[in-house]
Parts: sequence; C-alpha cells; structure tokens
Amino acid sequence: MKTNKTIPEHIWQFFCSARLAVYTLVLLALTSIIGTVVLQNGSEDDYIKFYGHGWANLIKTFNFDDMYHSWWFLGLIVILCINIVVCSIERLSTTWKIIFPKKITFNTDRFRRLKNLETFTLNKSLSELTLESETLLSKSVGPVIKEETEAGIVLYAEKGRWTRLGVYVVHTSLLLLFLGALIGSIFGFKANLNLDEGQTSDTASLLTTRNPVQLDFSIRCNEFEVRFYDTGAPEEFRSNLTLVQDGKDILTTDIRVNQPLRYKGINIFQSSYGSAPPDQVTLEIIAGQDNATMVRTIKIGEEIQLSDEKTQFKLEGFLPHFDFSGHDLGPTFIGRIFEADGKSFQIGLPLKFPTFDKMRKGHYAFVIKAAEQKHYTGLHITKDPGIWYVYAGFMLMIIGCWITFFMAHESYFIEIQTSGEKTSNLSISGTSNRNSQGLRLKIRKLCHTLKG
Amino acid sequence: MNSSFLLSTTTFIYALATIFYVGSFAFKKQILAKAGFVVLVIGFLDNSAGIILRWIESYQLGYGHAPFSNMYESLVFFSWTVAVLYIFVELKYKESIIGVFASPLIFLAIAYASFDPSISNKISPLIPALKSNWLIAHVITCFLGYAGFAVAFGFSIMYFVKPRNPEAESIFAKLPSWELIDELTYQMVVFGFLFLTIGIITGAVWANSAWGTYWSWDPKETWSLITWFVYAIFMHLRMMKGWSGKNLAWISIIGFIAVLFTYFGVNYLLSGLHSYA
Repeated sequence: MKTNKTIPEHIWQFFCSARLAVYTLVLLALTSIIGTVVLQNGSEDDYIKFYGHGWANLIKTFNFDDMYHSWWFLGLIVILCINIVVCSIERLSTTWKIIFPKKITFNTDRFRRLKNLETFTLNKSLSELTLESETLLSKSVGPVIKEETEAGIVLYAEKGRWTRLGVYVVHTSLLLLFLGALIGSIFGFKANLNLDEGQTSDTASLLTTRNPVQLDFSIRCNEFEVRFYDTGAPEEFRSNLTLVQDGKDILTTDIRVNQPLRYKGINIFQSSYGSAPPDQVTLEIIAGQDNATMVRTIKIGEEIQLSDEKTQFKLEGFLPHFDFSGHDLGPTFIGRIFEADGKSFQIGLPLKFPTFDKMRKGHYAFVIKAAEQKHYTGLHITKDPGIWYVYAGFMLMIIGCWITFFMAHESYFIEIQTSGEKTSNLSISGTSNRNSQGLRLKIRKLCHTLKG
Repeated sequence: MNSSFLLSTTTFIYALATIFYVGSFAFKKQILAKAGFVVLVIGFLDNSAGIILRWIESYQLGYGHAPFSNMYESLVFFSWTVAVLYIFVELKYKESIIGVFASPLIFLAIAYASFDPSISNKISPLIPALKSNWLIAHVITCFLGYAGFAVAFGFSIMYFVKPRNPEAESIFAKLPSWELIDELTYQMVVFGFLFLTIGIITGAVWANSAWGTYWSWDPKETWSLITWFVYAIFMHLRMMKGWSGKNLAWISIIGFIAVLFTYFGVNYLLSGLHSYA
C-alpha cells in the first residue's frame, strides 16, 4: 500500500468505494422521506400557516419546499453518478481480462478442493466415460477443454462469462436515466393550455414559471365531452382537437386521459376541464302591459329592439359570480336596457334562477329559456427530447437486472481416473459467481445423467 | 355463487393452512406441514377463482376492468401473489417448515381485506386515469415485487429465532440450515427487486402516457423509490461488503417496513394519485 497518495488519488479512492455508494443510497432514501411529509411547492403563506415562522424559515433555507430539485438533493445524485462512473472504470479495467480472456484456463487443484465435489465409481473404461462426459458437458454447458494429467483426464466447460457485465449494464442504465432527465429539463418543457370549445391558440403557459411558450402550430378545441357513470364518478374526458398550421387544418383527432396526441415531438394530454362562459342565451321576453312574449336567442354584445320599438336591450356579458345585495347568485348574464328617454340600467340574469328578472317588475321581464353550457378543456402540453434516453435506461435496467440476478458465470469440472479393470472414478465439481445453490442442483443433475 | 363468497371462503382456507403450518412447527409433525401445503394450494385455487370471477362480474356490471383497482382488490391480489410465490418456493426447495413464516402473511392480507369495515368490496367503475392496459402490467409486477419482499421478510425472521447452537432443544432448532436460509432470503429479495424495478418502470411509462410526466415525486412514487433504495443497499452490502446473517436480515426487515409504508402508510397518511394502493 502506498501511504503518500496525491490529492487526485485520494479523490479517486473516495469515489471508487462501495461504501460511498451505500452511504449515498442511505442518504437518498432518508432525505426522500422529507418531501413526502413536508408540503411541496406551496406558497410562503402556506408554510407559515402550517409550520409556523421558525419551521418555515428552516424549510426555506434547506429548500425542503421543493426538495427534489434542491441543490443538495441533486448533489447527492451527482455524487452517485460520479461514484458509478469511477467504480465502473476502476473495476472494469481489472475484470475486463476476466470477462474477455485471450485463452480460457482453469486451475485443476482448485476444482479438486471445492466443497461441492462429488466422486463416484462407474463400471466403464476411461475412454468410454471421457467421451460420455465430453458430450454431456458440451451439450449442457459449452465448449469443452480436455487435458491429460498424470492419473487421467480432466474436462472443463463454462458458460455465461459475459454475464459478469450485467452489473455494468444496470449502472449504465442509471446514468442514462439521469442523462434523459437532464436533457428533458434543459431542452423540454411542461405547459398548460386551457381552450374553450371553439377556441384556437398556439400559446401555452409554462407549469413552473407561467411564462408563455409558443408552439409551431395552433390547437383548436372543437368539442369537449365529459361522461359520468351512474355512480356519479367520471367515466371519460374527451377533447376533439384540430391542429392548425399556416391557416390549414392538418390533423383532427380525439384525445382522452391515457390517449394523448403526439405530434412532431409535442405531446398533448387531456389533463382537466371546466365550465367555459356561454356566449349566447335564449331569452323569453315578457312585455309588462299585455303579457305578450317573444323568444330570442342573443349573442353577447348583441343589441335588440323590444316590442314597443323604443326600448332596446343589449346583452353585455357573462359573469361567473354575480353579487346581488351581498348574495352570490352564481353564473349570471349581464344585460342593459336602454329606455325611450335615453336612460339605461343594468340587469342581472342568473342561470340558477331563470325567472329572477320578474321580481324587478319592470316594463319587460327577461326569463332564461336556455343557455348552452360550454366547457373548456385543460390540456397539458409537453416536449421531452430526453424521453428516449429514459426509456432506453428503463430497458437496460430490466435487462441488466435479469442478467445480474438470474444468470451466472458457471464453470464445470470433471476428472476421470482409471480405478481398476473396466472401472473408473469420476469427480465432478463446479463454480458459479452467484447462485451456488442452483449450481449444486445442476451438478447433481449431471451426476444423475452420468450414472445412467 | 359469486366472487365475494369465494374470496371469503379463501380467507378461512388460508387461516386453516396457517394453523396446520404452525401446528406442524409447534408439535414437530411433518404430516401437519404436508396437510398445510395441500390446504394452502386449495386456498390458492379458490383465491384464483375468486379473482377471475370478480373480473367476469365487473364485465357483467358493464364496467369491465381487471380486479386491481381498489384496496380490497389489491389486498386479495397481494395474498394471491404471496401464495403463488410461496408454493413455488416450497416445491422448489422441498422445505415445508418455512411455511410457518409465509402462510400468516398470506392469511393476514386477505383477512384484513375481508374484515376491516372501512375497506369496501364493491366493484366500482374505473376513473379515466386508470383506464389503461398499463394498469394490469403495473399492478401485477408491483405486487410480485411486494410478495418477494414479504416472503423475504418472513424468512428473515428465522435469523432471529434459530438457535446458534445446533444441539439446542428449542422448537426452532429444526429450521433449515443457515446456508439455505441465506439463499432463500436472498433469492426472494432478488425476485422482489427485479419486479419492483419493473413495477416502478411500468408505472413511469404509464404516467408518461397519461399525464406526460414519467416521474412527479408523488408520495407513492417516492416511497416506492425509497423501498428500491433500501433493497439496492441490501444488494450492495451483500455483494460488495460481504454482509450476511442477522445484519443483512435487518436490512430486509427495514425494506419490508418501507414496502408496508408504500402500500398502506401512503394511502392513509399522505395524499397522492394512487387510488387504492
């Protein structure tokens, strides 16, 4: 051991220890708990309300309010990555020769001393038994190496040497995941866009900063539909969307939860919905003096002449909440009546109380007959160029885990010696870089076959 | 006959299997363990039939979804996965005494589903977010993972009850060799780890196709990741640091506590996207 290591060597040593990996994983596991207990991404007031001033300050200082994106949590992930890279370089450089040797060799004495060595005598000649064993090994394991010793013949076969690479596949997959996440956070975006039925827009608002993000195309929401089960639980949210580019419709399709639209790297998801203000209403207008009625459908902003030819009515707008002497009457149309003498006044026509205007006892009463309830659809729009790295990471991780845990580098050794006239002794043993129990079972199976 | 009937009889059959296993252990009668295994297999068949029938019933109600959508269904399925895994282990390793440590878990999960009044066994329709083929892949893989960890936990208990002295008179002296306990625990953790990994991945792919985010640090996601970390630590300690025996058994127990918190704790104590489990 060298005692006077240079500083870079110390750093290298620090990052190539398995102990660091364990400590980092412990820290990641423990600190991850914080974010599941402490409210994430709340407003400053929320923290003061829930935790009090002292704790709120502590939470702010350590970024516990957005801890999975805090410098120290990302720092832990960076340490883990460096650890993986350094460990892999260090270990691969020494095990590469084991994994890809120029020539496969084996140590006869080592196999003779193995705990799982089984020895038995068979009524067969040396050459007969050698041939049988050779066929068996090459069939169930792999190419056989045959050597003659002072007392007889030894056979060696192995398989799965390459599976020693499995653990590197798992670790590479983790690096790919982090790389994909990094690419996604730099070059991608996540945004929301609410579209009323019939509305078109090409500008969404970023989830984190609420800044606008411009798309290469516009999205028009033709229709939104929500269906419910008998139980009242929602069954399906569906938006019919058209993508518009340079004034031309390029694509019309339905999206649902779990059925997004993907177009040129942009993904459009059904994420929420709500009521959009109606833009027209059907009113029954009752004239005070003779109870004559007429039914008219009026758009917002439209002005109509009433039956006395002097009074005019204008539908000015729609409010989601209408305050009437301290009471919230809910969604309400606002109209204005222009009388013959030039005076005008505002009236409210709440959707919930269609005959509300009769109480005014004016010359005309406006009764709501129908107002088409429109919806807006809440779209989640994302771009994530890192996703393919992430998915590749996922695939590699599964494959790597499979190789690492369920495959092994196994070696089998058979020694045959003449013990008498027409009888031979056969010894068999083996090694595995994991799963010694499974190996023992396989050796027993080989014995069984050889004994016939 | 309906699925509720089948699944409540399953509860009693599993209870009987557990009694046989514990009896065989307490009275050192191998024949009771054999009976326990037969009863367990019957319970497993009943459990399977119950799940399949429930699936069919959901189609008859017009909802048509796999029975993995609420706490009741997930617990019933959890029992099923632990049972299938344990049956496999007993057949492979020909050790029936270890059933004492696995059968109570199988019984407890389904008993909890049947007897806790706050857990409804009604078949309810799926909300839009759950309507995906990923549901089946995600739930099956996660629960196979949980089952692996549950059985590993059961086996880990053996480290603490088996006497060190091979000549001890304790009823625990009959337990399998240290070597086999070590092998069994490790194999179960490995099995659980592989399936938890696939479970988390299928969940991430599903989340990406439903919401456009493969990872959102939802409490359930985070806790499944914490569980994953704990078992990753287990692997590194065993393979790189040469840990074994009781020390490693502690990690397996901590891991199973994380599994339980991921499964139940998150639902009852924290809020998030996962409707059932």
